[in-house]
Amino acid sequence: MSIKSVLAGALVAITLTACSRPEPGAEFNDPYEAQNRAVHEENVRLDRLVFGAYPRKRPIMPKPLAQGFSNFSSNLGMPSAVVNSLLQARPGPALQNTVRFVVNSTVGLGGIFDPATAIGIHAENTDFGETLHVWGAPEGAYMVVPIAGPTTERDLAGSVVDVILNPLNKLGNPEDYYLGVAKIAGGAGNRALYSDVVDSILYESADSYAQMRLLYLQNRHFQLGIEADVFDPYEDPYGQ
Amino acid sequence: MDSKLSRRRLLAAASAGLALTGLPRAALALNVNEARTLVDRVVADVNSVINSGKSESQMLPAFEKIFARYADVTYIAQSALGPAGRGASRAEMTAYVRAFQSYIARKYGRRFREFIGGRIEVTGARPLKSFFEVVSVAHLRGQAPFDLRWHVFDKSGKDLFFNLIIEGVNMLAAERTEIGAMLDKRKGSISALTADLQRLG
Repeated sequence: MSIKSVLAGALVAITLTACSRPEPGAEFNDPYEAQNRAVHEENVRLDRLVFGAYPRKRPIMPKPLAQGFSNFSSNLGMPSAVVNSLLQARPGPALQNTVRFVVNSTVGLGGIFDPATAIGIHAENTDFGETLHVWGAPEGAYMVVPIAGPTTERDLAGSVVDVILNPLNKLGNPEDYYLGVAKIAGGAGNRALYSDVVDSILYESADSYAQMRLLYLQNRHFQLGIEADVFDPYEDPYGQ
Repeated sequence: MDSKLSRRRLLAAASAGLALTGLPRAALALNVNEARTLVDRVVADVNSVINSGKSESQMLPAFEKIFARYADVTYIAQSALGPAGRGASRAEMTAYVRAFQSYIARKYGRRFREFIGGRIEVTGARPLKSFFEVVSVAHLRGQAPFDLRWHVFDKSGKDLFFNLIIEGVNMLAAERTEIGAMLDKRKGSISALTADLQRLG
Protein backbone atom coordinates (compact mmCIF):
# COMPACT_ATOMS: atom_id res chain seq x y z
CA MET A 1 0.00 0.00 0.00
CA SER A 2 1.57 3.25 -1.05
CA ILE A 3 0.49 6.80 -0.38
CA LYS A 4 0.11 7.21 -4.13
CA SER A 5 -2.40 4.39 -4.47
CA VAL A 6 -4.44 5.78 -1.55
CA LEU A 7 -4.50 9.23 -3.08
CA ALA A 8 -5.46 7.77 -6.45
CA GLY A 9 -8.27 5.83 -4.75
CA ALA A 10 -9.48 8.91 -2.95
CA LEU A 11 -9.44 10.89 -6.17
CA VAL A 12 -11.48 8.23 -7.96
CA ALA A 13 -13.89 8.19 -5.01
CA ILE A 14 -14.42 11.94 -5.08
CA THR A 15 -14.90 11.98 -8.84
CA LEU A 16 -17.42 9.14 -8.60
CA THR A 17 -19.47 10.72 -5.85
CA ALA A 18 -19.52 14.01 -7.65
CA CYS A 19 -21.74 12.61 -10.44
CA SER A 20 -25.18 12.24 -8.86
CA ARG A 21 -27.11 15.08 -7.38
CA PRO A 22 -30.60 14.77 -5.93
CA GLU A 23 -33.57 15.57 -8.14
CA PRO A 24 -35.18 18.74 -6.81
CA GLY A 25 -38.23 17.91 -4.67
CA ALA A 26 -37.49 14.19 -4.41
CA GLU A 27 -37.47 12.73 -0.92
CA PHE A 28 -34.45 10.54 -1.64
CA ASN A 29 -31.65 10.75 -4.13
CA ASP A 30 -32.45 7.40 -5.73
CA PRO A 31 -32.21 7.71 -9.52
CA TYR A 32 -31.30 4.00 -9.86
CA GLU A 33 -34.37 2.82 -7.96
CA ALA A 34 -35.39 0.22 -10.55
CA GLN A 35 -31.94 -1.47 -10.56
CA ASN A 36 -31.64 -1.05 -6.80
CA ARG A 37 -34.97 -2.78 -6.27
CA ALA A 38 -33.89 -5.71 -8.43
CA VAL A 39 -30.64 -6.11 -6.45
CA HIS A 40 -32.62 -5.81 -3.20
CA GLU A 41 -34.95 -8.63 -4.30
CA GLU A 42 -31.92 -10.82 -5.01
CA ASN A 43 -30.39 -9.97 -1.63
CA VAL A 44 -33.60 -10.92 0.17
CA ARG A 45 -33.74 -14.18 -1.76
CA LEU A 46 -30.12 -14.90 -0.80
CA ASP A 47 -30.83 -14.01 2.84
CA ARG A 48 -33.68 -16.52 2.93
CA LEU A 49 -31.48 -19.14 1.31
CA VAL A 50 -28.56 -18.68 3.72
CA PHE A 51 -30.29 -17.83 6.99
CA GLY A 52 -33.50 -19.82 6.59
CA ALA A 53 -37.17 -19.07 6.06
CA TYR A 54 -39.08 -16.59 8.19
CA PRO A 55 -40.73 -17.01 10.71
CA ARG A 56 -37.83 -19.08 12.01
CA LYS A 57 -38.16 -22.06 14.30
CA ARG A 58 -34.77 -21.58 15.97
CA PRO A 59 -32.14 -18.80 16.10
CA ILE A 60 -29.81 -18.45 13.11
CA MET A 61 -26.85 -19.45 15.28
CA PRO A 62 -26.13 -19.62 19.02
CA LYS A 63 -25.69 -16.13 20.46
CA PRO A 64 -22.12 -16.63 21.82
CA LEU A 65 -20.97 -17.80 18.39
CA ALA A 66 -22.65 -14.84 16.64
CA GLN A 67 -21.12 -12.46 19.18
CA GLY A 68 -17.68 -14.01 18.68
CA PHE A 69 -17.87 -13.62 14.89
CA SER A 70 -19.07 -10.05 15.25
CA ASN A 71 -16.35 -9.14 17.78
CA PHE A 72 -13.55 -10.74 15.77
CA SER A 73 -14.49 -8.96 12.56
CA SER A 74 -15.06 -5.65 14.30
CA ASN A 75 -11.65 -5.88 15.99
CA LEU A 76 -9.91 -6.45 12.65
CA GLY A 77 -11.61 -3.29 11.40
CA MET A 78 -10.09 -1.13 14.13
CA PRO A 79 -6.72 -0.32 12.46
CA SER A 80 -8.62 0.87 9.41
CA ALA A 81 -10.89 3.02 11.62
CA VAL A 82 -7.82 4.53 13.28
CA VAL A 83 -6.37 5.52 9.90
CA ASN A 84 -9.69 7.10 8.91
CA SER A 85 -10.01 9.03 12.19
CA LEU A 86 -6.55 10.45 11.57
CA LEU A 87 -7.49 11.38 7.99
CA GLN A 88 -10.52 13.17 9.50
CA ALA A 89 -8.21 14.99 11.96
CA ARG A 90 -9.97 13.32 14.91
CA PRO A 91 -7.21 12.11 17.24
CA GLY A 92 -9.60 11.23 20.11
CA PRO A 93 -11.43 8.34 18.37
CA ALA A 94 -8.12 7.22 16.81
CA LEU A 95 -6.59 6.85 20.26
CA GLN A 96 -9.69 5.15 21.69
CA ASN A 97 -9.79 2.58 18.85
CA THR A 98 -6.05 1.95 19.21
CA VAL A 99 -6.51 1.14 22.91
CA ARG A 100 -9.49 -1.07 22.00
CA PHE A 101 -7.50 -2.94 19.40
CA VAL A 102 -4.65 -3.60 21.85
CA VAL A 103 -6.97 -4.68 24.71
CA ASN A 104 -9.22 -6.91 22.59
CA SER A 105 -6.39 -8.48 20.60
CA THR A 106 -4.64 -9.53 23.82
CA VAL A 107 -7.06 -9.89 26.75
CA GLY A 108 -9.89 -10.54 24.29
CA LEU A 109 -8.01 -13.51 22.79
CA GLY A 110 -7.40 -12.13 19.35
CA GLY A 111 -10.64 -10.13 19.33
CA ILE A 112 -13.11 -12.99 19.87
CA PHE A 113 -14.16 -11.35 23.13
CA ASP A 114 -14.76 -7.69 23.72
CA PRO A 115 -13.45 -6.78 27.18
CA ALA A 116 -12.87 -3.19 25.97
CA THR A 117 -16.64 -2.51 25.74
CA ALA A 118 -17.10 -4.05 29.19
CA ILE A 119 -14.74 -1.45 30.66
CA GLY A 120 -16.34 1.40 28.73
CA ILE A 121 -13.96 1.71 25.75
CA HIS A 122 -16.55 1.58 22.97
CA ALA A 123 -15.85 1.26 19.28
CA GLU A 124 -15.88 4.57 17.43
CA ASN A 125 -16.86 3.14 14.06
CA THR A 126 -15.79 5.07 11.04
CA ASP A 127 -14.79 4.41 7.46
CA PHE A 128 -13.49 6.12 4.35
CA GLY A 129 -17.06 7.05 3.40
CA GLU A 130 -17.11 9.25 6.49
CA THR A 131 -13.66 10.59 5.65
CA LEU A 132 -14.99 11.61 2.23
CA HIS A 133 -17.93 13.33 3.97
CA VAL A 134 -15.55 15.20 6.28
CA TRP A 135 -13.51 16.25 3.26
CA GLY A 136 -16.66 17.67 1.68
CA ALA A 137 -17.59 15.05 -0.94
CA PRO A 138 -21.35 14.90 -1.63
CA GLU A 139 -23.32 11.78 -0.71
CA GLY A 140 -24.31 10.86 -4.24
CA ALA A 141 -27.14 8.49 -5.11
CA TYR A 142 -28.56 5.75 -2.92
CA MET A 143 -27.35 2.33 -4.04
CA VAL A 144 -28.07 -1.29 -3.22
CA VAL A 145 -25.15 -3.62 -3.94
CA PRO A 146 -25.17 -7.43 -3.99
CA ILE A 147 -24.77 -9.06 -0.55
CA ALA A 148 -23.63 -5.92 1.33
CA GLY A 149 -26.96 -4.16 0.62
CA PRO A 150 -27.69 -0.46 1.13
CA THR A 151 -25.02 2.17 0.55
CA THR A 152 -24.54 5.45 -1.28
CA GLU A 153 -22.17 6.36 -4.10
CA ARG A 154 -19.91 8.04 -1.56
CA ASP A 155 -20.02 5.11 0.88
CA LEU A 156 -19.45 2.60 -1.90
CA ALA A 157 -16.38 4.45 -3.10
CA GLY A 158 -15.31 4.63 0.54
CA SER A 159 -15.57 0.85 1.00
CA VAL A 160 -13.34 0.30 -2.02
CA VAL A 161 -10.72 2.68 -0.62
CA ASP A 162 -11.03 1.05 2.83
CA VAL A 163 -9.83 -2.26 1.37
CA ILE A 164 -6.68 -0.57 0.05
CA LEU A 165 -6.26 1.56 3.17
CA ASN A 166 -6.52 -1.28 5.72
CA PRO A 167 -3.10 -1.54 7.41
CA LEU A 168 -3.76 -5.28 7.92
CA ASN A 169 -4.11 -5.73 4.19
CA LYS A 170 -0.82 -6.24 2.41
CA LEU A 171 -2.21 -6.36 -1.11
CA GLY A 172 -1.21 -9.47 -3.01
CA ASN A 173 -0.30 -11.58 0.00
CA PRO A 174 -1.92 -15.02 0.15
CA GLU A 175 -3.08 -14.45 3.78
CA ASP A 176 -5.25 -11.57 2.65
CA TYR A 177 -8.31 -13.73 2.16
CA TYR A 178 -8.51 -14.10 5.97
CA LEU A 179 -9.72 -10.51 6.15
CA GLY A 180 -12.47 -11.24 3.66
CA VAL A 181 -13.49 -14.41 5.47
CA ALA A 182 -13.55 -12.56 8.81
CA LYS A 183 -15.71 -9.86 7.27
CA ILE A 184 -18.23 -12.37 5.95
CA ALA A 185 -18.31 -14.20 9.30
CA GLY A 186 -18.80 -10.85 11.06
CA GLY A 187 -21.67 -10.04 8.72
CA ALA A 188 -23.33 -13.38 9.46
CA GLY A 189 -22.78 -12.84 13.19
CA ASN A 190 -24.42 -9.43 13.06
CA ARG A 191 -27.27 -10.81 10.97
CA ALA A 192 -27.90 -13.35 13.74
CA LEU A 193 -27.45 -10.89 16.63
CA TYR A 194 -29.93 -8.40 15.18
CA SER A 195 -32.23 -10.93 13.56
CA ASP A 196 -35.34 -9.49 15.26
CA VAL A 197 -34.90 -6.08 13.67
CA VAL A 198 -33.56 -7.31 10.32
CA ASP A 199 -36.33 -9.92 9.95
CA SER A 200 -38.99 -7.36 10.73
CA ILE A 201 -37.65 -5.06 8.01
CA LEU A 202 -37.03 -7.72 5.35
CA TYR A 203 -40.02 -9.99 5.93
CA GLU A 204 -42.70 -8.02 7.74
CA SER A 205 -42.77 -4.61 6.10
CA ALA A 206 -45.06 -3.90 3.19
CA ASP A 207 -42.21 -2.44 1.13
CA SER A 208 -38.91 -3.69 2.54
CA TYR A 209 -36.94 -1.73 -0.06
CA ALA A 210 -38.44 1.62 0.98
CA GLN A 211 -38.13 0.76 4.68
CA MET A 212 -34.46 -0.24 4.28
CA ARG A 213 -33.62 2.90 2.31
CA LEU A 214 -35.19 5.12 4.95
CA LEU A 215 -33.51 3.36 7.87
CA TYR A 216 -30.09 3.22 6.19
CA LEU A 217 -30.02 6.87 5.15
CA GLN A 218 -31.40 8.22 8.44
CA ASN A 219 -29.02 6.14 10.52
CA ARG A 220 -26.06 6.98 8.28
CA HIS A 221 -26.81 10.70 8.49
CA PHE A 222 -27.00 10.41 12.26
CA GLN A 223 -23.63 8.65 12.29
CA LEU A 224 -22.09 11.37 10.14
CA GLY A 225 -23.59 14.10 12.30
CA ILE A 226 -25.81 15.49 9.51
CA GLU A 227 -28.75 17.37 11.03
CA ALA A 228 -31.99 15.52 10.22
CA ASP A 229 -35.21 17.12 9.06
CA VAL A 230 -37.57 17.42 12.00
CA PHE A 231 -41.31 16.86 11.74
CA ASP A 232 -43.17 19.77 13.21
CA PRO A 233 -46.49 18.29 14.37
CA TYR A 234 -48.09 21.75 14.34
CA GLU A 235 -47.37 22.04 10.63
CA ASP A 236 -48.60 18.53 9.88
CA PRO A 237 -51.79 18.82 7.80
CA TYR A 238 -52.84 15.24 8.49
CA GLY A 239 -52.51 14.66 12.23
CA GLN A 240 -55.07 16.58 14.29
CA MET B 1 -46.73 54.75 42.33
CA ASP B 2 -44.39 51.87 42.60
CA SER B 3 -47.14 49.34 43.00
CA LYS B 4 -49.09 50.93 40.13
CA LEU B 5 -46.09 50.61 37.86
CA SER B 6 -45.50 47.03 38.74
CA ARG B 7 -49.19 46.28 38.23
CA ARG B 8 -49.01 47.90 34.79
CA ARG B 9 -45.93 45.88 34.03
CA LEU B 10 -47.66 42.78 35.20
CA LEU B 11 -50.64 43.50 32.97
CA ALA B 12 -48.36 44.14 30.02
CA ALA B 13 -46.53 40.92 30.65
CA ALA B 14 -49.79 39.04 31.03
CA SER B 15 -51.21 40.38 27.77
CA ALA B 16 -47.96 39.58 26.00
CA GLY B 17 -48.27 36.10 27.38
CA LEU B 18 -51.88 35.89 26.19
CA ALA B 19 -50.89 37.07 22.75
CA LEU B 20 -48.31 34.35 22.57
CA THR B 21 -50.55 31.57 23.74
CA GLY B 22 -53.28 32.94 21.47
CA LEU B 23 -51.21 31.80 18.54
CA PRO B 24 -51.92 28.28 17.36
CA ARG B 25 -49.04 27.00 19.42
CA ALA B 26 -50.56 25.29 22.38
CA ALA B 27 -47.13 23.77 22.99
CA LEU B 28 -46.21 26.82 24.99
CA ALA B 29 -48.40 25.46 27.75
CA LEU B 30 -45.94 22.60 27.96
CA ASN B 31 -42.45 23.39 29.13
CA VAL B 32 -39.14 21.64 28.97
CA ASN B 33 -39.42 20.35 32.54
CA GLU B 34 -42.84 18.84 31.94
CA ALA B 35 -41.62 17.15 28.78
CA ARG B 36 -38.72 15.72 30.70
CA THR B 37 -41.02 14.60 33.51
CA LEU B 38 -43.17 12.68 31.02
CA VAL B 39 -40.16 10.86 29.58
CA ASP B 40 -38.78 10.24 33.09
CA ARG B 41 -42.05 8.44 33.84
CA VAL B 42 -42.00 6.43 30.59
CA VAL B 43 -38.37 5.48 31.19
CA ALA B 44 -39.05 4.52 34.83
CA ASP B 45 -41.90 2.27 33.66
CA VAL B 46 -39.76 0.73 30.89
CA ASN B 47 -36.83 0.19 33.27
CA SER B 48 -39.02 -1.47 35.86
CA VAL B 49 -40.42 -3.86 33.23
CA ILE B 50 -37.04 -4.76 31.70
CA ASN B 51 -35.57 -5.49 35.11
CA SER B 52 -38.61 -7.22 36.57
CA GLY B 53 -37.27 -10.67 35.76
CA LYS B 54 -40.56 -11.59 34.07
CA SER B 55 -40.53 -13.78 30.98
CA GLU B 56 -40.54 -12.11 27.57
CA SER B 57 -44.12 -13.13 26.90
CA GLN B 58 -45.20 -11.51 30.17
CA MET B 59 -43.32 -8.32 29.32
CA LEU B 60 -44.95 -7.76 25.94
CA PRO B 61 -48.37 -6.70 27.26
CA ALA B 62 -46.60 -4.42 29.77
CA PHE B 63 -44.71 -2.69 26.94
CA GLU B 64 -47.91 -2.37 24.91
CA LYS B 65 -49.58 -0.69 27.87
CA ILE B 66 -46.70 1.77 28.27
CA PHE B 67 -46.91 2.69 24.60
CA ALA B 68 -50.67 3.14 24.64
CA ARG B 69 -50.48 5.24 27.78
CA TYR B 70 -47.66 7.67 27.01
CA ALA B 71 -47.78 8.05 23.20
CA ASP B 72 -50.27 10.16 21.23
CA VAL B 73 -51.34 7.20 19.16
CA THR B 74 -54.21 9.07 17.49
CA TYR B 75 -51.84 11.69 16.15
CA ILE B 76 -49.27 9.10 15.03
CA ALA B 77 -52.01 7.09 13.27
CA GLN B 78 -53.42 10.09 11.40
CA SER B 79 -50.00 11.40 10.47
CA ALA B 80 -48.91 7.97 9.20
CA LEU B 81 -52.00 7.70 7.02
CA GLY B 82 -51.42 11.13 5.50
CA PRO B 83 -53.64 12.58 2.77
CA ALA B 84 -55.61 9.33 2.34
CA GLY B 85 -57.35 10.12 5.62
CA ARG B 86 -59.04 13.18 4.11
CA GLY B 87 -61.51 11.23 2.04
CA ALA B 88 -62.31 8.77 4.82
CA SER B 89 -65.54 8.77 6.81
CA ARG B 90 -65.45 9.41 10.54
CA ALA B 91 -66.34 5.78 11.32
CA GLU B 92 -63.59 4.54 8.99
CA MET B 93 -61.03 6.77 10.70
CA THR B 94 -62.07 5.69 14.20
CA ALA B 95 -61.73 2.03 13.26
CA TYR B 96 -58.38 2.69 11.56
CA VAL B 97 -56.95 4.56 14.58
CA ARG B 98 -58.03 1.76 16.91
CA ALA B 99 -56.39 -0.90 14.71
CA PHE B 100 -53.25 1.22 14.35
CA GLN B 101 -53.00 1.56 18.12
CA SER B 102 -52.79 -2.18 18.71
CA TYR B 103 -50.47 -2.61 15.72
CA ILE B 104 -47.98 0.04 16.84
CA ALA B 105 -48.08 -0.96 20.51
CA ARG B 106 -47.27 -4.55 19.59
CA LYS B 107 -44.59 -3.59 17.07
CA TYR B 108 -42.67 -1.17 19.30
CA GLY B 109 -43.43 -3.15 22.44
CA ARG B 110 -41.45 -5.96 20.85
CA ARG B 111 -38.59 -3.54 20.14
CA PHE B 112 -38.35 -2.73 23.86
CA ARG B 113 -37.76 -6.43 24.43
CA GLU B 114 -34.17 -5.91 23.28
CA PHE B 115 -33.69 -3.64 26.30
CA ILE B 116 -34.13 -6.50 28.78
CA GLY B 117 -31.44 -6.36 31.43
CA GLY B 118 -30.42 -2.85 30.36
CA ARG B 119 -31.48 0.62 31.39
CA ILE B 120 -32.41 3.94 29.83
CA GLU B 121 -31.09 7.19 31.23
CA VAL B 122 -32.61 10.60 30.48
CA THR B 123 -29.74 13.03 29.85
CA GLY B 124 -31.34 16.26 28.69
CA ALA B 125 -34.27 18.11 27.17
CA ARG B 126 -34.56 21.09 24.81
CA PRO B 127 -37.23 22.96 22.88
CA LEU B 128 -37.31 22.03 19.19
CA LYS B 129 -39.55 23.90 16.73
CA SER B 130 -42.91 23.95 18.52
CA PHE B 131 -42.35 20.93 20.75
CA PHE B 132 -39.72 19.42 23.02
CA GLU B 133 -37.03 16.86 22.49
CA VAL B 134 -35.99 14.74 25.45
CA VAL B 135 -32.65 13.01 24.96
CA SER B 136 -31.89 9.68 26.55
CA VAL B 137 -29.21 7.04 26.31
CA ALA B 138 -29.96 3.33 26.28
CA HIS B 139 -27.36 1.18 28.01
CA LEU B 140 -27.75 -2.40 26.86
CA ARG B 141 -25.70 -5.25 28.18
CA GLY B 142 -22.47 -5.81 26.24
CA GLN B 143 -23.25 -3.05 23.74
CA ALA B 144 -22.14 0.50 23.18
CA PRO B 145 -24.77 2.91 24.56
CA PHE B 146 -27.13 4.29 21.94
CA ASP B 147 -29.06 7.47 21.41
CA LEU B 148 -32.83 7.49 21.98
CA ARG B 149 -34.82 10.71 21.59
CA TRP B 150 -38.43 11.38 22.50
CA HIS B 151 -40.47 14.12 20.87
CA VAL B 152 -43.11 15.39 23.27
CA PHE B 153 -46.06 17.73 22.76
CA ASP B 154 -49.46 18.41 24.29
CA LYS B 155 -51.52 18.88 21.15
CA SER B 156 -54.19 16.56 22.50
CA GLY B 157 -54.31 18.46 25.81
CA LYS B 158 -52.19 15.83 27.52
CA ASP B 159 -48.39 15.62 27.58
CA LEU B 160 -47.57 12.67 25.29
CA PHE B 161 -44.74 11.63 23.01
CA PHE B 162 -45.47 11.51 19.28
CA ASN B 163 -42.13 10.42 17.86
CA LEU B 164 -39.18 8.26 18.83
CA ILE B 165 -35.77 8.73 17.21
CA ILE B 166 -33.51 5.71 17.66
CA GLU B 167 -29.94 6.41 16.51
CA GLY B 168 -31.32 8.88 14.01
CA VAL B 169 -34.11 6.60 12.78
CA ASN B 170 -37.45 8.36 12.96
CA MET B 171 -40.45 6.21 13.97
CA LEU B 172 -43.04 8.55 12.41
CA ALA B 173 -41.19 8.56 9.08
CA ALA B 174 -40.87 4.76 9.15
CA GLU B 175 -44.60 4.38 9.84
CA ARG B 176 -45.53 6.82 7.07
CA THR B 177 -43.50 4.69 4.67
CA GLU B 178 -45.02 1.49 6.02
CA ILE B 179 -48.67 2.60 6.12
CA GLY B 180 -48.29 4.26 2.70
CA ALA B 181 -46.95 1.02 1.19
CA MET B 182 -49.68 -1.06 2.85
CA LEU B 183 -52.35 1.27 1.53
CA ASP B 184 -50.91 1.11 -2.00
CA LYS B 185 -50.96 -2.68 -1.88
CA ARG B 186 -54.64 -2.55 -0.88
CA LYS B 187 -55.46 -0.12 -3.70
CA GLY B 188 -56.13 2.70 -1.25
CA SER B 189 -58.79 0.89 0.77
CA ILE B 190 -58.67 2.11 4.37
CA SER B 191 -61.02 -0.63 5.56
CA ALA B 192 -58.79 -3.35 4.08
CA LEU B 193 -55.79 -1.65 5.72
CA THR B 194 -57.63 -1.53 9.06
CA ALA B 195 -58.52 -5.22 8.89
CA ASP B 196 -54.90 -6.18 8.18
CA LEU B 197 -53.41 -3.88 10.84
CA GLN B 198 -55.35 -5.79 13.48
CA ARG B 199 -53.44 -8.93 12.55
CA LEU B 200 -49.99 -7.34 12.10
CA GLY B 201 -47.33 -5.79 14.31
